[in-house]
Amino acid sequence: MPHPLRGAAAIAGLGITPQGKVYGSGPVGLAVDAVRLALDDAGLRREDLDGLLVNPGLTWSDQTMASFALQQALGLRDLRLGATMNLGGATAGAMVMHAVQAIAAGICTTVACVFADAPLKPPAPGATRASSGAAYGFARGFEATQGFFGVNAMYALLARRHMHRFGTTPEQLGAVAVAQRRWANRNPAAQMRDVPLTLADYLASRWVVEPFRILDCCLVSNGGVAVVLTSAERARTLRKPPVYVLGMGQGHPGGDPADTLTSGAPLAKRTAFAMANIDLRDIDVVELYDCYTFTVIVSLEDYGFCPKGEGGPFAAEHHGGPGGKLALNTGGGQLSSFYMWGMTPLAEAVIQLRGEGGARQVPRHEVALVSGNGGILSTHATLVLSRHVA
Amino acid sequence: MSDRESGAPAKPVPVVTPEMAPFWEAAARHELVVQRCDACGGLRFPARERCSRCLSPEATWVPVSGRGTVFSWVVMHQANHPGFAAEVPYVVASIELAEGVRLVAQLTGIAAHAVTIGMPVEVWWDAVAPGAVVPRFRPA
Repeated sequence: MPHPLRGAAAIAGLGITPQGKVYGSGPVGLAVDAVRLALDDAGLRREDLDGLLVNPGLTWSDQTMASFALQQALGLRDLRLGATMNLGGATAGAMVMHAVQAIAAGICTTVACVFADAPLKPPAPGATRASSGAAYGFARGFEATQGFFGVNAMYALLARRHMHRFGTTPEQLGAVAVAQRRWANRNPAAQMRDVPLTLADYLASRWVVEPFRILDCCLVSNGGVAVVLTSAERARTLRKPPVYVLGMGQGHPGGDPADTLTSGAPLAKRTAFAMANIDLRDIDVVELYDCYTFTVIVSLEDYGFCPKGEGGPFAAEHHGGPGGKLALNTGGGQLSSFYMWGMTPLAEAVIQLRGEGGARQVPRHEVALVSGNGGILSTHATLVLSRHVA
Repeated sequence: MSDRESGAPAKPVPVVTPEMAPFWEAAARHELVVQRCDACGGLRFPARERCSRCLSPEATWVPVSGRGTVFSWVVMHQANHPGFAAEVPYVVASIELAEGVRLVAQLTGIAAHAVTIGMPVEVWWDAVAPGAVVPRFRPA
């Protein structure tokens, strides 16, 4: 018996606002734009929406009920599903999961899932650096007294540990950065579209928190991304080819990831792949959450593309950019396209499955794996998406 | 420390929360303490209101040796706080104390690229402001 939710709902619309150093709007305005674009993409109207799920970025802090704030900003009436959700980078997958469940249960029919953020500030007059991602450099309490600031440093501790235990090298981290830049160079929406990158460039780039160079770290972006989901049946009547949700799962391991150097992917994958009734061999397009080059390496291991500890050499061999052995992070990912938390890999999977990838379109694009990773390898969501439901 | 006397920006002083107050009081006496669960004996740091192993609210702050080994380490190259600007690049390590608890602390007295995972380290005490003493670690 197939899982009753396998292919029950589909992504019918995708909206991506301009990304990066986009000034003049706060996160709510960008979220409105993303939802509008997603509705237009699907050929739906605002009145069709009866569900709204919001993953607030860092700059929504004065909107404690983000989904209600956005409902009002969008002028939406009579919603039957709403929630503000936050599992960090796993939220996009979790929002889709919640939407599919609600649609399949008959709670509502048409759900927008949206992420938006505006952490970049316009350059100050005379400043040499255009903007600052200082919002991600926070520290509190004991760690601040030790000069230990930000998510970069927390991931860097894990990366060092991985290098120590498994021999992962800077060149392997760099291979991830270079491969994804090659994809981004073919993505007109990528912030780094026009900036080529070689391994030598990577190795010469400045340190942020050793062992991370600036090119190991994701971009910081202003922007918004939304997807609209509806039932599979209804999606087939709309403007764009449906992207069916075949499988979905979450995994949140708890404890200290430094002990295992393993994310929640193995647990989330088990649920999602069982629902989708697929194997790794069935995946054509792989969109892995990439807050850091290191996260890609760990995720390749945790999804079983290679054994634990071999993600470095595997990435260097298989993550080659366009024409490489694996169609991985085909829009450039968060390292080189834009950083919209888990919406970045989700959006790229939708684009590839529909065949809308243009110069970066992957020839085989039946089934896509999408991962979302939040916290410090703390939370995880897996989606299996396909353009066919059979 | 000469930095402070020279008028360089101060390092962050501890934000004393109710849960962490006993830690900072002990630090002022140059004593490194962690929480021990009264119910199951588990050690933990930083402070939690409940033991995550047995969920007991009862805990006592107990002294630990201040000796441990480097579990992992990073080199901070950006001055996220003006108090650390003069020290960039500096080393911060995840330190596994002899008692098994891990904490993140600045590692001083060693060149960044001489640090190795597993190397023995010990606590020392840094008076960052009048009445504010914080632990650091150095090679043992």
